[in-house]
Amino acid sequence: MTPILVAENVSKSFGEHTALSNVSLDIPKNCIYGLLGPNGAGKTTLIRIINQITYPDTGQVFFDGEPLAPKHIATIGYLPEERGLYKSMKVGEQALYLAQLKGLSKVEAKKRLKYWFERLEIGDWWNKKIQELSKGMAQKIQFIVTVLHQPKLLIFDEPFSGFDPINANRIKDEILELKKQGTSIIFSTHRMESVEELCEYITLIHKSHKILEGKLSDIKKAHKNNVFKVGLQVNGQGEGILKELQERFRILNHVFDPKEKQLDFTLKLPSGDTTEALAHLATRANINHFEETIPTANDIFIQTVKAKGE
Amino acid sequence: MSKLGLIVKREYLAKVRNKSFVVMTFLSPILMVGMVVLIAYLTKINDSETHIVSVLNDSRYFHGDFLPGESVSFIEFTDIALEEAKDSTLALQYDGLLHIPKSNNLEDASQAAFLYTKDNPTSQVLNRLEAIFENRLRKNRLENLGVSSKEFASIEKEYELRTATFKGERNLKGINEIKAFIGGGFGYLIMMFIIIYGGFVMRSVIEEKTTRIIEVIISSVKPFQLMLGKILGTSLAGVTQFAIWIFSASLLLFVALLLFDIDMAALGGQAAISPSGMEGLPSIPEGDDYIQKYVNELFKIPWLLLLFSFVIYFVLGYLIYSSIYAAIGAAVDNETDTQQFIFPIILPLMLAIYVGFFSVFSNPHGPIAVGFSLFPLTSPIVMLMRLPGGIGEGGVPLWQLLLSILLLIITFLAIVWLAAKIYRVGILMYGKKPSYKELYKWLKY
Repeated sequence: MTPILVAENVSKSFGEHTALSNVSLDIPKNCIYGLLGPNGAGKTTLIRIINQITYPDTGQVFFDGEPLAPKHIATIGYLPEERGLYKSMKVGEQALYLAQLKGLSKVEAKKRLKYWFERLEIGDWWNKKIQELSKGMAQKIQFIVTVLHQPKLLIFDEPFSGFDPINANRIKDEILELKKQGTSIIFSTHRMESVEELCEYITLIHKSHKILEGKLSDIKKAHKNNVFKVGLQVNGQGEGILKELQERFRILNHVFDPKEKQLDFTLKLPSGDTTEALAHLATRANINHFEETIPTANDIFIQTVKAKGE
Repeated sequence: MSKLGLIVKREYLAKVRNKSFVVMTFLSPILMVGMVVLIAYLTKINDSETHIVSVLNDSRYFHGDFLPGESVSFIEFTDIALEEAKDSTLALQYDGLLHIPKSNNLEDASQAAFLYTKDNPTSQVLNRLEAIFENRLRKNRLENLGVSSKEFASIEKEYELRTATFKGERNLKGINEIKAFIGGGFGYLIMMFIIIYGGFVMRSVIEEKTTRIIEVIISSVKPFQLMLGKILGTSLAGVTQFAIWIFSASLLLFVALLLFDIDMAALGGQAAISPSGMEGLPSIPEGDDYIQKYVNELFKIPWLLLLFSFVIYFVLGYLIYSSIYAAIGAAVDNETDTQQFIFPIILPLMLAIYVGFFSVFSNPHGPIAVGFSLFPLTSPIVMLMRLPGGIGEGGVPLWQLLLSILLLIITFLAIVWLAAKIYRVGILMYGKKPSYKELYKWLKY
């Protein structure tokens, strides 16, 4: 299957500042693709290039196999991080205007807006002005306007900002539903727990360079460092066991609670083979738990960026 | 509907539905006409106030010279003492007492004459009295030289040099000023339009930036489309407003003139604030024949050419300036930051108006007038002031008109190109207070 979006060696600079340097991406169809990176890394520039708001200095972008062209604008939906609406315009009128700018006919736009307004339970807002709505309410309108023209590719930049937890969840469900219907989604955020929850693929951009890309599960596997969390039930001789273990293994950190007779520590093994370690531990004490620590997206993010930063 | 059409429609509706816009549209003509009527009315009251001066004439002269005039009339006291006369004048609340003491000859009597007033005398009273004395003295001196008053009257005839062009067309005094004034009216209209609606364009761009809707929109349309749509929509709203203003102001003025019975001529002096700026004719000497000549001359103004050029200069001039306004709006984050950029825009406009009124009026085809009517940022105003003289011989040479329009078109393309570049970068820049240096950098992005 052709990827929905391919970027080939895209570079862009503003004056002396390089925003993107030789970035290449493959975004597969029908998945949620996380675009991550610290502030000022170049994510927004990349998103703007995909939206044809700015153009790359060098490199090419392909949309569904074709070179990116103005006609693709109607098949992309973009929810920018810096977003807003005309304050003194009525909700319905404004949604209609923005939908028509995306190429929908007035009749069609009205029909779909009705559907979405009902779906998100905001039907009675049609004649309200934006300035009468709360921030979260305005965000809902923004979301509807972004997805209304049924784009093949949706780009969400911090989609949950401005929402309370309940509505954020609601929007998350809608995003998943859109994915189920076959939409490809680029998702840019700093909230790592939602990356963890939603993204199948991620790309990490740092200082205008792509420094990491791939399936999130693969990346996690690759970042496993054979660290295990262990909890032992010890009977009084905790100090002694710890000492002995420290000679035999690499113990990263430990907590010994004599009252509960509980010794917790993290253990780094030279390989993924745990049988020997487990066998040894089993002879010393009761094993309460023994689990591998899989790095979170957050850990990977911080680790990778730090490693590159120096 | 095309995207540009959609944007134009939205900008137009957003503008004309705006409450303050609606209020201004309907209030301004009332204010404007109200002001004209008020000024005319006040002038009328002022003029109709008559000053009364009592005269105590103890001399043999000047009897019959103190005739009531437009604003000053006289009451003669006879056979009372000076102190008594003073008291009476005060008691009767007259404006003053003129005392001419007993004297043997006219010269002495004039020298000894004295005006007593409660406060400082008004210039009207003084001028009138001085004129009476001057006339009487002149007559007397001439008589002493042996010139009769009849002969004197025949000398006093005014002289006017008659002029004509080589083609034999009779020239009229002041016609250049009248023509420049008519052109100036059009030029003034352009300037007002640019300042008012250019400002609207700028504010509307700033609004899109501060509400952060800009990125949502330009992911659907090109920044240039948005800028153009905004300029067109706002100017259509402006044309609507101006049309309502001109129509309702002339209607109101007509009604007001009927109601208040104000003489049109009395408004002559207030031309500068009257809406169309057309009534400011210099004082015309009496005589139907003379007026007829002026009317003929006005008919000879190439109205078609003038209107046609007005449309060209209006459209190009407005587009140039409003795209600069749009670029400024895009460059800043809020209106207070616009000051440093606005001044350089207003400057050429003001210059055009002042140069126009001072230089073009007196010499429509002098070097300064020609220069400013070619320079693209001032030509929409200055050229229109020159054009009522027609083109070709005796008017604007055709090459100047064409060159001026050509320069304007080139400038228009260049400025819109530059403004669009600044706009494109500026609308996505937040939290930066740009300097001219910064703007220059944006041009290269």
